[in-house]
Amino acid sequence: MPSLKDLRNRITSVKSTQKITKAMQMVAAAKLRRAQNAAEAGRPYADKMAATLGNLAGNLVGGVGAPKLLSGSGADKTHLLVVCTADRGLCGAFNSSIARLAAKHARELQGQGKTVKIFTVGKKGYDLLRRQFRSEIIENIDIRGTRPVDYDFASEIAEKIIARFDAGEFDVATLFYSAFRSVISQIPTAQQLIPAELPSAEGENSATGAASNAAMEFEPSEEAILTTLLPKNLAVQVYKALLENAASEQGARMSAMDSATRNAGEMIKKQTQIYNRTRQAMITKELIEIISGAEAL
Amino acid sequence: MATFHFDFVGPERTLYSGEVQAVQLPGTEGEMTVLPKHAPVLTTLKVGVITVTETSGSGKRIYVQGGFADIGPDSVIVLAERAAPIEEVNPAMLDKEIEQTELDRDATTDLAKREQLNAHIVQLQEAKKVLDF
Repeated sequence: MPSLKDLRNRITSVKSTQKITKAMQMVAAAKLRRAQNAAEAGRPYADKMAATLGNLAGNLVGGVGAPKLLSGSGADKTHLLVVCTADRGLCGAFNSSIARLAAKHARELQGQGKTVKIFTVGKKGYDLLRRQFRSEIIENIDIRGTRPVDYDFASEIAEKIIARFDAGEFDVATLFYSAFRSVISQIPTAQQLIPAELPSAEGENSATGAASNAAMEFEPSEEAILTTLLPKNLAVQVYKALLENAASEQGARMSAMDSATRNAGEMIKKQTQIYNRTRQAMITKELIEIISGAEAL
Repeated sequence: MATFHFDFVGPERTLYSGEVQAVQLPGTEGEMTVLPKHAPVLTTLKVGVITVTETSGSGKRIYVQGGFADIGPDSVIVLAERAAPIEEVNPAMLDKEIEQTELDRDATTDLAKREQLNAHIVQLQEAKKVLDF
């Protein structure tokens, strides 16, 4: 039976934890709004880039002169998994669900006799994966320094990926991140980066449109444009993933902290009840002792 | 006067969107002015200034550092990685950029990369002239 003092201490400690989780929830809510705005602001660029590229690449796919970033290196032996997670924990299953998806893919690929290399972005992904895949992880970048995520950071990552690709270190690259659906729902997603997965050449957003494709002129040349456009597209994809991740992280943290706050509230209620009961029991006990002592006289 | 739609999009936000009369672009193959009903062209851009003539006839200048222009008969889309309204650009910024690129160039041993960075420096210096600093 815990003493009254123990109970009091426990209640205060839960109360201060509750205060922290509540504050974290509110901070996450504010950051979520900012992350969502950033994601929204970045969407037109990504959409138009995809439309232009789809339009442009439509007649080059499968061609002999197609750049390697588009057609792949021709092999399917070594896979690079780019795993984007957060730098911080305390956000529910956010980090672990991305890591789990990546680990599952890695195991499957290894099962098929393929070589797997892992490139982690964000500290948590590295922490989670390094136990299982110590030798597979080839690089790790922390996000901590560059907050909020900006485009330069994304293009830096993209450059590193391309440099490794050009050096022939891998054949296929897949990006892992968490797509933001809503505050309570984030979906861990795998997206193929190299060879580039292109949207169908509908070209709705493109100024030129698919119909006029044949009549289109290129300056300097179609191939030259494509070779400069593809690395940019890769950076945009990474940037988009990082933005989605930022929103997802805050959303996950918000709901995790919300339930933590609620749990703490419940615990305080229960503990207070026990405290009051114990206090009452002690008073009653003391009264009985006094009365029976008086009667004995 | 006929107009067309002009979108100027950066990766982090849309910088300009609206109906315009004409747009002057710094294409890699040379400056070009786009008027309504232009033939479809896809071109890369070098470092320079985009001049927009708005419907009211007033002009607007935007500094751009590389990117793409997707030109169609009734709309023009410019995708730029780095851009700023002309008022926000100052010579010190360009000088710093040039210096940084030169440092990068001297640090690399890769010939192709060197060539590329050299071209970039030339473009930056040209842009500086255009902006007449």
